[in-house]
Amino acid sequence: MTTNEIIDPANLVYTKTKVMNDTPMHYCPGCSHGVVHKLIAEVIEEMDFQEKTIGIAPVGCAVFAYKYLDIDWQQAAHGRAPALATAIKRLLPDRLVFTYQGDGDLAAIGTAETIHAANRGENITIIFINNGIYGMTGGQMAPTTLEGMKSATTPNGRNIALNGYPLNITKLLAELPGTCYVTRHSVHTVANVRKAKKAIRKAFENSMEGKGTSVVEIVSTCNSGWKLSPVASNDWMVENMFPAYPLGDLKNE
Amino acid sequence: MNDSKKHTVKEVRLMKGNEAIAHAAVRCGCDGYFGYPITPQSEIMETLMELEPWNTTGMVVLQAESETASINMVYGAAGCGKKSMTSSSSPGISLMQEGISYIACAELPCVIVNVMRGGPGLGTIQPSQADYYQSVKGGGHGDYKLITLAPASVQEMADYTVLAFELAFKYSTPSLILADGVIGQMMEKVILPPFQPRMTEAEIREKCPWATLGKTADRKPNIITSLCLQAEQMEAINLRLQKKYRDIEDNEVLFEEFSCEDAEYIIIAFGTTARVCQKAVEMARVEGIKAGLLRPITLFPFPTTAISNYADRIKAMLTVEMSAGQMVDDVRLAVNGRIPVEFYGRLGGIVPSPDEVLKALKDKIVIK
Repeated sequence: MTTNEIIDPANLVYTKTKVMNDTPMHYCPGCSHGVVHKLIAEVIEEMDFQEKTIGIAPVGCAVFAYKYLDIDWQQAAHGRAPALATAIKRLLPDRLVFTYQGDGDLAAIGTAETIHAANRGENITIIFINNGIYGMTGGQMAPTTLEGMKSATTPNGRNIALNGYPLNITKLLAELPGTCYVTRHSVHTVANVRKAKKAIRKAFENSMEGKGTSVVEIVSTCNSGWKLSPVASNDWMVENMFPAYPLGDLKNE
Repeated sequence: MNDSKKHTVKEVRLMKGNEAIAHAAVRCGCDGYFGYPITPQSEIMETLMELEPWNTTGMVVLQAESETASINMVYGAAGCGKKSMTSSSSPGISLMQEGISYIACAELPCVIVNVMRGGPGLGTIQPSQADYYQSVKGGGHGDYKLITLAPASVQEMADYTVLAFELAFKYSTPSLILADGVIGQMMEKVILPPFQPRMTEAEIREKCPWATLGKTADRKPNIITSLCLQAEQMEAINLRLQKKYRDIEDNEVLFEEFSCEDAEYIIIAFGTTARVCQKAVEMARVEGIKAGLLRPITLFPFPTTAISNYADRIKAMLTVEMSAGQMVDDVRLAVNGRIPVEFYGRLGGIVPSPDEVLKALKDKIVIK
């Protein structure tokens, strides 16, 4: 194939969604955030919702999510994204409102806001990135850190007697009558990326149909925090994270 | 209350200060109230729930899971250019401080009501003014100010709800109504403000071009944030905030004077305490003491110039507060040592009596 054939629009098989801009991402190579950002942007474009979407960025590595997707954003205080989303969706019910939160933001400091927004059945989507670690602050223990998993604040591994148990918050959210769709995915293979995208689409559609709160957990890697190569991180995730946080629908109504 | 003569009996209502705030909020086109119950201000949300404004104006009223959630709901709503508010009392306002700091930095307009009770800690449910420092000196982290209005009557609870929104939108900054348990709970005559329609989305897009209502094709994304990792840029944001606060100081000072024209001694007091002090001034005048009262209505911006001007004309000042002495610092800064500024206060939920204030006036400054 010649260069001209390759760049011929007739041969175009893939293009970057216009909802994503060209700002270079600050995420580490191998990080799951970039893929999830892309999926959200693609779904927004496919639903033709760029003008009707308000995203809520968390505190954590994704605090700068607003730099990469060309939609309106609010950046929340640590853990408070579901509170912001609640007010925005109630005041603008025809808008698509989603939060994008990490495990520390959603399941530690923001536990109350997360559970109560979901329990009220707010018509929002919560995208939950679970990599079992605080990435931005340098790899400290998260609520979802596995037993025995090393972090900056559990240098000898998470000790249940000292640190308590990993919190399966998604399972807990699935128990609440306010949630309509609670599902867990990953983005470490092409097949998983496709499934995750379908889940995000379904969650966004639920939000617009007023079905209640949708939660899409993405079990993710943090190769910098885990101190593994990107490839080794994926293997470690499959071997260790998936047994604790199994993929699939926890609730689909 | 003289204005009431112009109105029909039907328009004059008898209600609590807390209730007046709720009515005024609906009437001035508030879009959203988010709150959490706490004594002595729970009637604000209770009244809103009884009024069911979602059926009339479309206003959203939501009982949140905490004060932390409430103030962050206000952040979300205000970020969409919506007229939003919350209310609480001292311990709840303490919980909101992080959110208030974020709102101030993100330059969002909103109204916060603090019906103060005695602290510190869980304290009492009786009235207090001990949150003065928290209100006008920061409270949350960083260099920011809140426009702070101190009502002294049920009528002012209604009027300042409207004014607080006007100032918040004029300067794109949070306004605080700093009341106390007396003003919140007592019943008085009130004439409620006229109904104003809520802003339409087109009006919000014009008035608040920064609002996150959804990115239209003709503009870049709107981003509401208080984050800026570059120190030089963060300093620029701070300088912009400081300029705004200087503009507010130049333009929005409100205060009221009583018997100050020929006064030799002036009492400085706000809110409920000012009403007590007004009575004390009347009693002092009967005894031949030339006393007056200056009541700051805006605590930020503080009536520094007015107080400073009196320092060249009178013998001494007495600041009276329901606290251990907080506003007195600002009075002393205004006076800058030219005349004595004494303090009298009651703590922990006690309201001083006019007799006590008169005695303090005589013991602390007149006899000296």
